[in-house]
Amino acid sequence: MSDAAITFSDLTLGYNSHAAVHHLNGVVEAGSLTAVVGANGSGKSTLMKAVAGLLKPMSGKCRVEAGRRIAYLPQQSELDRSFPVRVVDIVDMGLWPRRGLLGRTAARDRALIGEALAAVGLAGFEKRPIDTLSGGQFQRALFARVLVQEADIILLDEPFNAIDAKTVADLIALIRGWHGKGLTVMVVAHDLDLVRTTFPQALLLARRPVAWGETAKVLTPETLRTARNFEEAWNDDAPWCAADNGSARASHEPHGHPHHHGAAHDHARPAPMARAG
Amino acid sequence: MYDLLISPFVEFGFMQRALAGSLLLAVAACPIGVFLMLRRMSLAGDAMAHAILPGAAAGFLLFGLELVPMTIGGLIAGAVVAVGAGAVARFTAQKEDASMAAFYLISLALGVMMVSLRGSSVDLLHILFGSVLSLDDAALSLLAGIAVVTLACLFVFWRALVAECLDPLFLRSVSRLGPPVHFLFLGLVVLNLVGGFQALGTLLSVGLMMLPAAAARFWTGRVVTMCGLAVAIGIAACLSGLLVSYHAGLPSGPAIVLSAGVVYLASALLGTRGALVARFARPHRHRTA
Repeated sequence: MSDAAITFSDLTLGYNSHAAVHHLNGVVEAGSLTAVVGANGSGKSTLMKAVAGLLKPMSGKCRVEAGRRIAYLPQQSELDRSFPVRVVDIVDMGLWPRRGLLGRTAARDRALIGEALAAVGLAGFEKRPIDTLSGGQFQRALFARVLVQEADIILLDEPFNAIDAKTVADLIALIRGWHGKGLTVMVVAHDLDLVRTTFPQALLLARRPVAWGETAKVLTPETLRTARNFEEAWNDDAPWCAADNGSARASHEPHGHPHHHGAAHDHARPAPMARAG
Repeated sequence: MYDLLISPFVEFGFMQRALAGSLLLAVAACPIGVFLMLRRMSLAGDAMAHAILPGAAAGFLLFGLELVPMTIGGLIAGAVVAVGAGAVARFTAQKEDASMAAFYLISLALGVMMVSLRGSSVDLLHILFGSVLSLDDAALSLLAGIAVVTLACLFVFWRALVAECLDPLFLRSVSRLGPPVHFLFLGLVVLNLVGGFQALGTLLSVGLMMLPAAAARFWTGRVVTMCGLAVAIGIAACLSGLLVSYHAGLPSGPAIVLSAGVVYLASALLGTRGALVARFARPHRHRTA
């Protein structure tokens, strides 16, 4: 249980030198089930993209243990649901890591797709065009794609958005199943009650790690208040992060410039590190 | 009937060439149009068609009405605009539709300026509207080459192209092919438009690219079928356009595109998927699920 699946060392992520996640340190243990929580704009999706290898860190490192395969499920809004394909084609995409650009679909793969669709409750939906699915059915199809990927690390970005209770329950059962099989799972979620009942670990983000560890210790009134008070606005004049001073980008800034995100830089990990902003 | 439909193509060499050229173009350009439409870049095809003009004009100014220099010039101009617009979209805050519009307008103005510096308006008309009835062997081999390259690329990169349109973030998480495939696709668009400007002209070649694709969307829900149907519609439009132009003495390029336009309007009215009549007809019965 104790070996690392993903290691963050001083990871800073962002766009155009504006950081979305500051100086994240810590280890996602193999076999852990972690909820990533925080307000809109707190850097949750950015962090998932970095782990999936879609975003280069501005500084620091995000290391995925060698040989571990990642299955990444983007937010539904990133997909084009009017695209003319069938449910089976969506799930079929999950075979990409094994099959690549030109590989043929083997009989075993077709069986795998059928099993995955049955497991998410979409048996018999193979030929349905995706634009006829409800939001919940579409999310089930995407979970079937994750199943087909047979990955070791599973990253789900807001899988429960605009999904009804029955579907959420079914998807949670699938996630619990992955956890039971020893897979490493990280899920971006907004529903704190759901996080408390389902996820043993939680990471609370507010552009910086506010707290990370056992869910009960992470989601306290104190930490949540801290997380709410972060600077959400994209500020063009935001001061340069003091930890970067000395780099070429920050060299023209005077040292000791007042730091706009407080004492974010003495990182304990992975124990809870609540502090008043 | 024979006189009406077959004999023009049997008796006249220029009609045979026109048929061969436009069919080669339809086979390659129509599937490209399907992907342009599905990526919501239907108008980008139009913009790219304009963007090719200064390159073709430069080739024309330096070497006269010659196929090779005009083609190479068109390819260069198209690539510059595609990469320039893509780079502005990627590295600045501006979105691709705005940067594409800016680059193609600059390019078009430059082209019109260059053509009018030397050469009469007749030459300009030739570049803008082409002349499918005067295709020579070199132009035909060029069109054949473009068709082969396009179909080969589509066949090899099919899976990546579909994934790139449908779920680009997922594709990037499992493969490095995403960005290269996007640029390969833009390259194919430019290639087909450059091929098209000999036969139909820069302005009308995009019509043969987009109209069959847009029409096919109303009939099927699968990409493969859509591409096949678009090619079929494109071929039909070429045949009917050439025949109409032969019998009625009308210009051939617009006749081809207008034929495709008729199919599009009919499809928008009568198609089985999301077309007008199907949406507004009120069925007496409905299924329970």
